[in-house]
Amino acid sequence: MFAQCADPASLEGFAWLMCYLTSGKHMLFYASFGTVLLLLAVTAPVALLFGFWGAMASRSRLLPLRLFGTVYTSMVRGIPDIIFFLFVPIALDQGLEWLRHKALCDSDAPVRQGSDFVVCAAAKLPLSTSPQWVHEAYGFALAVVAFAIVFGAFAANVLYGAMQAVPRAQLETAEAYGMNRRQVTRRVLIPQMWTYAIPGLSNLWMILIKATPLLFLLGVEDIVYWARELGGAKSSAFSYPHPDWRLYYFLAILAFYLLMTWGSERVIARLTRRLSAGQATMAGEALRKGAA
Amino acid sequence: MKKLIVAAAALALTAGMGLAQTVRMGTEGAYPPYNFVNDSGEIDGFERELGDELCKRAGLDCTWVKNDWDSIIPNLVSSNYDTILAAMSINDERKAVIAFTQNYLPPAPSSYVALSEDADLEGGVIAAQTATVQSAYIAETGAALIEFANIDEVLAAVRNGEADAAFGDKEVVRPYVDEGEDLIFVGEDVGLDEGIGIGVRQSDTELRETLDAAIGEMKADGSLNEMIKKWFGEDAQIHE
Repeated sequence: MFAQCADPASLEGFAWLMCYLTSGKHMLFYASFGTVLLLLAVTAPVALLFGFWGAMASRSRLLPLRLFGTVYTSMVRGIPDIIFFLFVPIALDQGLEWLRHKALCDSDAPVRQGSDFVVCAAAKLPLSTSPQWVHEAYGFALAVVAFAIVFGAFAANVLYGAMQAVPRAQLETAEAYGMNRRQVTRRVLIPQMWTYAIPGLSNLWMILIKATPLLFLLGVEDIVYWARELGGAKSSAFSYPHPDWRLYYFLAILAFYLLMTWGSERVIARLTRRLSAGQATMAGEALRKGAA
Repeated sequence: MKKLIVAAAALALTAGMGLAQTVRMGTEGAYPPYNFVNDSGEIDGFERELGDELCKRAGLDCTWVKNDWDSIIPNLVSSNYDTILAAMSINDERKAVIAFTQNYLPPAPSSYVALSEDADLEGGVIAAQTATVQSAYIAETGAALIEFANIDEVLAAVRNGEADAAFGDKEVVRPYVDEGEDLIFVGEDVGLDEGIGIGVRQSDTELRETLDAAIGEMKADGSLNEMIKKWFGEDAQIHE
């Protein structure tokens, strides 16, 4: 990184530490914090969308849609997350490759040969010739899908409950104004449900933050991977030999997660306050009395 | 006529070389000096240098992929990458699932390390890396086996007293013994394998043969032995 870091063996104390903390490997470690934040930023809206459609499906008047919604929420909620995180990326990857194999390959060779799963070069996803970042982005995308399916199911249940909690009187009033079912849903039900959904959704957000180290399980190099890799004792094969420092690295990650959840709690508290304003709930009532 | 045949053969050979395919080389990246992630964040080590040289000789275009040890075989057979160069000992159990090239490293000894000379190797608690020939060996002895995901955690378990001794590849644990002040070699070395080879999918005969030929060539001209000495020291076991 810096010119004085060319020969780490000659450095001592603070200068050594500075060079150590700015090595290429550490840069990858710092960048992996971005990976985690990106995962949160992408997964949260996607999961919310999954949840929203799951909840709408569960409320649908069409039996197949309703069945789909119910099966989705109860199935995902009833299976350990880890199994889904392991299953979804592999199933998705092999499923897509199999489809591409059917479409793009000339050969009739079976995809499964003994214990091997083999598709022709053109059907590989991503292609072997793709640069490394494409492979990483692909792995990350699979992880996002796995996270979104799992957290979407939880969100669907929360939103379904919130929709049921909107006072019937409000919907009846809308109907009395002559709105049809769709208009009632769009104009009253959805805007009004958030105040009931926010405690459940904020819980989910917290769980999602804490579930991000599972990325490591999916082979994405996240902060836990790098902390373990950097913290492990290093022999003289490395430029910066050091004893087992995993404790310090894990401590840094611990602080990062605490900071994340602490910040989130403050944002959620503000959001709850705003959504409670004017609501026929105890929180809304308290706000009204406080203002008066 | 003869000239024509030679020319055609040369043409066929170079044509084959022109179609350099991309081979994804899988490795663990946590097993120095075989393979590790160096301080610039790149894969480094004996196997990196060997793999690059083999690819050059075989006219292959290679990229490196890191994968955790415990899922390294499943991800090879599901075609996430095409080879395993990760100090993987050739044994019958693995041969049932994947194929190996000829060995690029001769059979190497495995050793016990502990904090003191009187560690109980027969009846004590021995740490080893999961799914290795070493852990399989300990499971057969009377000792209690505890497994860890990588070699670093194996040795950390000995240092913090969780295990009485660790059992691992001698070349991998040697730096920990030589450079640390606490760990020492104890007991006898054990020979466990048929050497270390490149793992490929069983259906991938062509790649196996290509790499096999390149390894053979490097063994014959002595360059492989030189590379072994460079990474493992002058006393390392080399090919006869």
